[in-house]
Amino acid sequence: MTLRIYIPVDAAALAVGAEEVASALHAAAARHNVTVDLVRNGSRGLYWLEPMVEVATPVGRVAYGPVAPSDAEGLLAAILADGAHALRLGPTEDIPWLKRQTRLTFARCGIVDPRSLEDYRAHGGCKGLERALSLGAEANVEEVVQSGLRGRGGAGFPTGIKWRTVAQTQSTQKYIVCNADEGDSGTFADRMIMEGDPFVLIEGMAIAGIATGATKGYVYIRSEYPHAVAAMEAAIAAARRGGLLGNRVAGSSFAFDMEVRVGAGAYVCGEETSLLDSLEGKRGQVRAKPPLPAHKGLFGRPTVINNVLSLASVPIILDKGAAFYRDFGMGRSRGTMPIQLAGNVKHGGLYETAFGITLGELVDDIGGGTRSGRPVRAVQVGGPLGAYFPRALFDTPFDYEAFAARDGLIGHGGIVVFDDTVDMAKQARFAMEFCAIESCGKCTPCRIGAARGVEVVDRIIKNDHRAANIAVLEDLCNTMKFGSLCALGGFTPYPVMSALNHFPEDFGAPPRLQAAK
Amino acid sequence: MTQGQAPWNKDVALERIRDCLNREGPLLPILHALQEEFGYIDEAAEPLIAEALNITRAEVHGVITFYHDFRRAPAGRHVLKLCRAEACQAAGGDPLAAHAEARLGVVMGTTARDGGVTLEAVYCLGLCATAPSAMLDGRLVGRLDERRLDALLTEAQQ
Repeated sequence: MTLRIYIPVDAAALAVGAEEVASALHAAAARHNVTVDLVRNGSRGLYWLEPMVEVATPVGRVAYGPVAPSDAEGLLAAILADGAHALRLGPTEDIPWLKRQTRLTFARCGIVDPRSLEDYRAHGGCKGLERALSLGAEANVEEVVQSGLRGRGGAGFPTGIKWRTVAQTQSTQKYIVCNADEGDSGTFADRMIMEGDPFVLIEGMAIAGIATGATKGYVYIRSEYPHAVAAMEAAIAAARRGGLLGNRVAGSSFAFDMEVRVGAGAYVCGEETSLLDSLEGKRGQVRAKPPLPAHKGLFGRPTVINNVLSLASVPIILDKGAAFYRDFGMGRSRGTMPIQLAGNVKHGGLYETAFGITLGELVDDIGGGTRSGRPVRAVQVGGPLGAYFPRALFDTPFDYEAFAARDGLIGHGGIVVFDDTVDMAKQARFAMEFCAIESCGKCTPCRIGAARGVEVVDRIIKNDHRAANIAVLEDLCNTMKFGSLCALGGFTPYPVMSALNHFPEDFGAPPRLQAAK
Repeated sequence: MTQGQAPWNKDVALERIRDCLNREGPLLPILHALQEEFGYIDEAAEPLIAEALNITRAEVHGVITFYHDFRRAPAGRHVLKLCRAEACQAAGGDPLAAHAEARLGVVMGTTARDGGVTLEAVYCLGLCATAPSAMLDGRLVGRLDERRLDALLTEAQQ
């Protein structure tokens, strides 16, 4: 008999032993004289259960996890018998944590074989592209505009408007650039897509090319993601062989091809203009805007630059229509957001859901609180430039505007959970230190402000003229916020000021109540 | 070792540079190729690249020194990267980093005196739900605790 078994090839699953589990299962299968058809899928995103092994059964896939290599023998015996095992999680699709999600962007992640274009097509892939080709360029742009999709990298700028600007700009050469420089701590959604469903990103970029008249695409992936780089390169090669990329995209008259470029460890290159400079082979320094990348982007040509999640959401929008996508969400935040629960959290992973869910639901209910079992004291939302939220603000709905109204941001959708052992003055210091390490150096508020910020926080911690130095820190943050060229210097004040305002006791300061406003 | 250990060789370097010349914006691909070949980017590569791309040597130098990844000298035989970003801090990464520094007798960003191990900070490996995380010579390790870290350190010191 042949058993079909799924074991993720996702980097985080590998980091907790997926490869060893795969070898152990192979060895066990040989001992039992069983042929195993081992599929290396992406991760379903239930990371506390990784390595998660799935088995194809007549009633669908059944999951087991977290599996250790030493479990392999017993697990295989159980699968060959009645399936009962201590690690059995039941049918994968019925696991409540997965079942409660609305997976649009991540519809196939963890299900398909990321190396197989055939598998991608068999699971509904390429339908968005087919419809895009039948609609024509202008209607494609309108679909994306009407869907309400906003930039998932963090800035939240309407994706369709960027596309329209590029489409309306005349040039002999235009580019689609995918920002896969996912440097924010607490985020891994881009990595999961590239490793688990890379063809959806390729399809999204091809649609963007057709819509705007761009014929060349680049995926700029950070060097810390070697597995994602390999997965994307393999998928691009397969897409070329399968006619998805090339001179005649899917048999049409449109040409589009793309390639992977690897970053070199600079966080600031996640900022779009610095990414463009890096692609051009320069120091990754931020450009002043205008001109917008849509007018003068890569090599001075009109360029669409979008985040991985934005582009990976395009195929389903084109497939199901703008209204389908727009019907999810709240306010001006339409569709779904792949939220990432990370840090000291019991149930960490990828949770895609419509905008509007509250921070408290995400952290306490879905995340299950801390892994350490201690009370949750603070969560940082949106990466190193995002604010720290105390429990008192857990009623904030996940929505671009709602977070902005509370001096925070949703950024790329990462939530890092901290328990009550966290020292918020230390976290504020780290925010400044990180900004100092990663500043591109072009503008003074960021380059010098961050270095001075570390020193000021140090003086506050040492109780050296504490009240006066807190005033200096506030003033410095104000200068950085309004004087910096990009979000690195401009948003570093969010974690610093939120730590100070919501947790003044950690700075030896009296409670602030409403004083901060 | 994660990266190449071939000794610096001008002809090989020129070949790696030429391989990239037909690409748009070839400088980063060239630097990656050289580092993969030699494990670092030798100062002698700077004029070769400048000549090939028709840019100044200062520009090449400026790009090499801007990016954290590019090394100016070979790393140790093993490279251990520990994630120091927020998600790993929340999961207990700071004491582990201190433990690694103490056991190896190096500070973050330096190489042990015998050239065995280079210990480096990395800001996020994207394994934030299985934190704390590390990377030893390109191999990822999640859910790090003192026991797992000690095993990694022992491996790195061999």
